[in-house]
Amino acid sequence: MITDKEVLKTATKLSAEEIQKGKVLSVKWTPNLKYAWDNGPAIGRYLAELKNGKIIGKTCDKCHRIMIPPRMFCELCWVPTGEWVYVKDTGIVNTWVVSYVDWKAGRLDIKGGVRPFTPAVIEIDGASKGMGILHHLNEVDPWKIHRGMKVKAVWKPPEERTGSITDIKYFKPIK
Amino acid sequence: MRRVAIVGAGLTKFYRNTQETPKELAYEATKMALDSCELKLSDIDCVVNGTAPDAFDGVHMKGEYLSDGSGAYRKPYMRHYVGGGTGVLSPIHGWFHVASGMFDTCLVVAEEKMSSAYPHPAGAFLTIFDHTTEQPLYPTLIWIFAIEMNRFMTTHGYKKEDIALVAVKNKKNAMDHPSAQLPAEITVQDVLNSEIMAWPVNRLDISPTSDGAACIVLAAEHVARRITEKPIWIDGVGWALDTAYWTTRDLYYPDYLEVAARQAYKMAGIKEPSKEIHVAEPYDPFTYKELHHIEGLMLAPRGKSVQMLVDGHFNRNGNLPTSPSGGLLGVGNPIAAAGLMKIIELYLQLKGEAGKRQIPGNPTCGVANAWGDLMQVGTVTVLRK
Repeated sequence: MITDKEVLKTATKLSAEEIQKGKVLSVKWTPNLKYAWDNGPAIGRYLAELKNGKIIGKTCDKCHRIMIPPRMFCELCWVPTGEWVYVKDTGIVNTWVVSYVDWKAGRLDIKGGVRPFTPAVIEIDGASKGMGILHHLNEVDPWKIHRGMKVKAVWKPPEERTGSITDIKYFKPIK
Repeated sequence: MRRVAIVGAGLTKFYRNTQETPKELAYEATKMALDSCELKLSDIDCVVNGTAPDAFDGVHMKGEYLSDGSGAYRKPYMRHYVGGGTGVLSPIHGWFHVASGMFDTCLVVAEEKMSSAYPHPAGAFLTIFDHTTEQPLYPTLIWIFAIEMNRFMTTHGYKKEDIALVAVKNKKNAMDHPSAQLPAEITVQDVLNSEIMAWPVNRLDISPTSDGAACIVLAAEHVARRITEKPIWIDGVGWALDTAYWTTRDLYYPDYLEVAARQAYKMAGIKEPSKEIHVAEPYDPFTYKELHHIEGLMLAPRGKSVQMLVDGHFNRNGNLPTSPSGGLLGVGNPIAAAGLMKIIELYLQLKGEAGKRQIPGNPTCGVANAWGDLMQVGTVTVLRK
């Protein structure tokens, strides 16, 4: 089940540097791909409320879940959702990571003192059990984070908020 | 529905930075598969192709790009893609074509070349996340898999050093696989001492960036019996997606897989999978993922897979060998081709032609699965001889 061994011999190893320095034929192309995403009424209001420093969800009248992020239809019951409900900006850590890499698999300078990323799934208080969102943790020793840890959103000052999930800077532990 | 058999297979060497183009890799695997059962391209009625994100190659509509190498010139041709789950959807997609009665033979080709994306193909995955609620946080796949691994560990009380045994087992199994990219004899300590990527995931907990291609030839029963004395039957297929709201699922258990597996087992008439299945190729892009999937395939009770691993249950000479090929951790992970590599391993094991990798006991039934998209898709195929 193998091709001939020549495959191994002809294989090449390239470094990113060799490409950047033009030592190999490469195509330089900066894609100018910009998107203007429509968010729909549910995420639209979610973002507008984040700008106000609040987190809003929506209920399903059939399964009675309080869902965040809010959505216009319940994906489980396949019916339109009901009331808007404000939930809290506190929650508990469902699961987390201590990451030494960024989104491009680039290494962080941990030895140089850079704090690892600590993204987590945070179950938000006031939403149905298990309803989590992805966000970052901070103001905590990465190695002391634990399942069930109580956390609270740290918001940007109102004048800096833009109506984005990043209007919450991160979540930090509370007692 | 007609019964469908695998009658031939081809697999390239898996390697990072192969000099061949994606088309050439596809051609190589496809030619090898046809040669293995002494068929010509003119004997083939249709072609299906599985390949993962276009962003790896920087070629949009990669299915069309790969069609020539896949032998699809002037034939009915269709591409399928469900992220990492693609390679085990491949035989299912081919199965539709033949089981339906529309075609008697079908080539199933899977190809991936990940190493063209610089600096690292991981960067290509940012855009799979929700554009508004997640992308601004710059998530990466390693994070969400480590997030899932941690939930799996904290729910069952599993230890990292026990889960690391999956890497030890699979890389060792891969020593006997001629296509393997990362075969090695390593220890648990090597895994724990390897670079931290995103705790609890270390470097040796992860499968590599790979290039490679795989192909199988499918035939309807009346044709298969003319081609070979040992057809291997696709007796069960299942596939399912969980919600894309992945942060609202309890990640400790792969529900998507149980749903897909139940569908495949029902079709194959399997009532007690842990007894009736003799060999498994659970999808193992990460160490924990093999165990997660062993539980989802109902081959081990929830919360028990790690103890069974430690006890040697899943070794090549154990009660239920898993990833005897060496898996993605050992053979490599050219996404779609890696899934189909698992199907090919079952095909060879059931035929008794796996060479040094052959498991003892004359196995007659095997299962493979793959997983992907936003950690939500399960694809399952059951093979029998």
